Amino acid sequence: MAKSVLAALAARFPGDVYEPYEGVGGDDCVFVRKSQIAEVCHFLKADPALAFNLAPYITAVDYLGLEPRFEVVYNLLSTVHRHRVRLRVKVPESDPELPSVTGVWRGADWFERYCFDMYGLRFKGHPDLRRLLMYDEFVGYPLRKDYPLRGRQPLVPEREVNDIYRGPGPAGRD
Amino acid sequence: MASELDKRDGTPAGAGAPLAPSPAQGYAGALDAPLHGKQMVVNLGPSHPAMHGVTRAVVTLDGETIVDMKLDIGFLHRGFEKSCENLTWGQAFPYTDRLNYVSSIMNNVGFALAVEKLLKLETPLRSQYLRVLTSELHRICDHLTLVSAMGLELGAMTVFLYGIEARDLIWDRLTEICGARLTSNYVRVGGVSRDAPEGWGGKVFETLDRVTELRETIDALLTRNRIFMDRTRGTGVISREDALDFGFTGPCLRASGEPHDLRKAAPYLVYDRLEFDVPVGRNGDNFDRYLMRMEEMRQSDRIVRQCLAQMEPGEIVVEDFRYVLPPKPLVYGTIEGVMAHFKLIMEGIKVPPGEAYSYTEAANGELGFYLVSDGGGRPYKIGLRSPGWPVLSAIPFMTKGALLADLVPTYDSINMIGGEVEQ
Repeated sequence: MAKSVLAALAARFPGDVYEPYEGVGGDDCVFVRKSQIAEVCHFLKADPALAFNLAPYITAVDYLGLEPRFEVVYNLLSTVHRHRVRLRVKVPESDPELPSVTGVWRGADWFERYCFDMYGLRFKGHPDLRRLLMYDEFVGYPLRKDYPLRGRQPLVPEREVNDIYRGPGPAGRD
Repeated sequence: MASELDKRDGTPAGAGAPLAPSPAQGYAGALDAPLHGKQMVVNLGPSHPAMHGVTRAVVTLDGETIVDMKLDIGFLHRGFEKSCENLTWGQAFPYTDRLNYVSSIMNNVGFALAVEKLLKLETPLRSQYLRVLTSELHRICDHLTLVSAMGLELGAMTVFLYGIEARDLIWDRLTEICGARLTSNYVRVGGVSRDAPEGWGGKVFETLDRVTELRETIDALLTRNRIFMDRTRGTGVISREDALDFGFTGPCLRASGEPHDLRKAAPYLVYDRLEFDVPVGRNGDNFDRYLMRMEEMRQSDRIVRQCLAQMEPGEIVVEDFRYVLPPKPLVYGTIEGVMAHFKLIMEGIKVPPGEAYSYTEAANGELGFYLVSDGGGRPYKIGLRSPGWPVLSAIPFMTKGALLADLVPTYDSINMIGGEVEQ
């Protein structure tokens, strides 16, 4: 069953899907070209023989020193056929933008925000690409390998409080 | 004169501009028309007793109806992934305890299975039974916490006291086996850290009997309680398609009618030797999610009893000093023992280069670890897929158009744990 997923992908997207391999523990893995990831995901979800209706986990890895530097990893699951596949997309540092898959699975929303927050990858077509776990004023991307473990951050000036009835008040009132 | 009159009778000045629509339009009379009030923005959290941890929700209200909602998370973020990338594989176990602090052994098991997948390591049978046994005890704890907190927040304080009594009884048993009440740090790569003490099985049976008594009391207090049913039935509804689309797993997905349980779909450890049922709901509302938890506690009870009956004495950890610390007499008595100990402590387990995604069925759904190893003693990347993450991200969708009061049971029934969602 599982081999048919990689075969179907190779038949439908020749050239855009490359280097299929069997990962540790028999997982099916394949590399996908960055520009085609949204189309590949659409196909994987829409084809009834594949029916990948769930995207349990999307994450990114920083391979500092390699080119292309980043990789986005899509772990997909079909609860219909009970099979899984792992798509890996290489993303260069010079052009860290790739198509968003929020149109395929709404659950991809926060995972893509996480990748933006932690690695600085941008997703074209994401409805609300903001930082997720860190605050908006955070400088840098903490999970990149060149971000230090004990990195210091500049002090953030206090945000203005918008009182919904009275408006921002004079300084020191609160 | 006549022309002026014509003008006066004709269309009045300003007729070209459209009239503002009257609120009474479409209703029988002006008295039936709804009043239009100003929308109000309410800030819930980050420290609010109903927000379970420190999540902030900014809710736009029209009267009492939720129009829109934005979630702001990350107040409990402590850099789990970054910290673990700078530790050896073995040192990461205490950090996984703090992910879902209500059922810490499940996180230990999930992480150990992921490392063992990379190592292609088989663990002794008794250690697998011990892992399943302690995990299922912790699953009961997790569900008890949810059920009793749900009762508490809907005004049933009694339920909370019964639930906490039952939970602490189980924690007492777990303290006897792993030495800690909350942060267990019980599992190791290659097995578990301690065997069950003498006569422990009998005590677990006694505890389970008492827990069953308390659980059935909770069941009698809540499941057919009019107030509880009115608050939970038909609120926080999510359909099967939407739940899949959002990436739900575990009891929340099964409450919507999708019978997906990793213990059955992809059995790991000894789950294929055990007999248990997977409850599946129909409506996907808060009441179904509550019922899932009640039934899963009964099934976990069955699993624990079967484990204790089937377990046989034997090794609890692999006898390979590349992965496991040698026993202390060997460390103090032999040069090989000292060297193995030193290498494991200073350099860590040498995991072959590669990447793997491993998944287990934790109390709230699929707990996944995406690991990348570069061949050294430290993980190159630990990606945590926490079960509560997609469920929490669907809260604005689930409560749109509902009353503000329905937010509280919805928040309860998804059982979002800040420690794992915010890492």
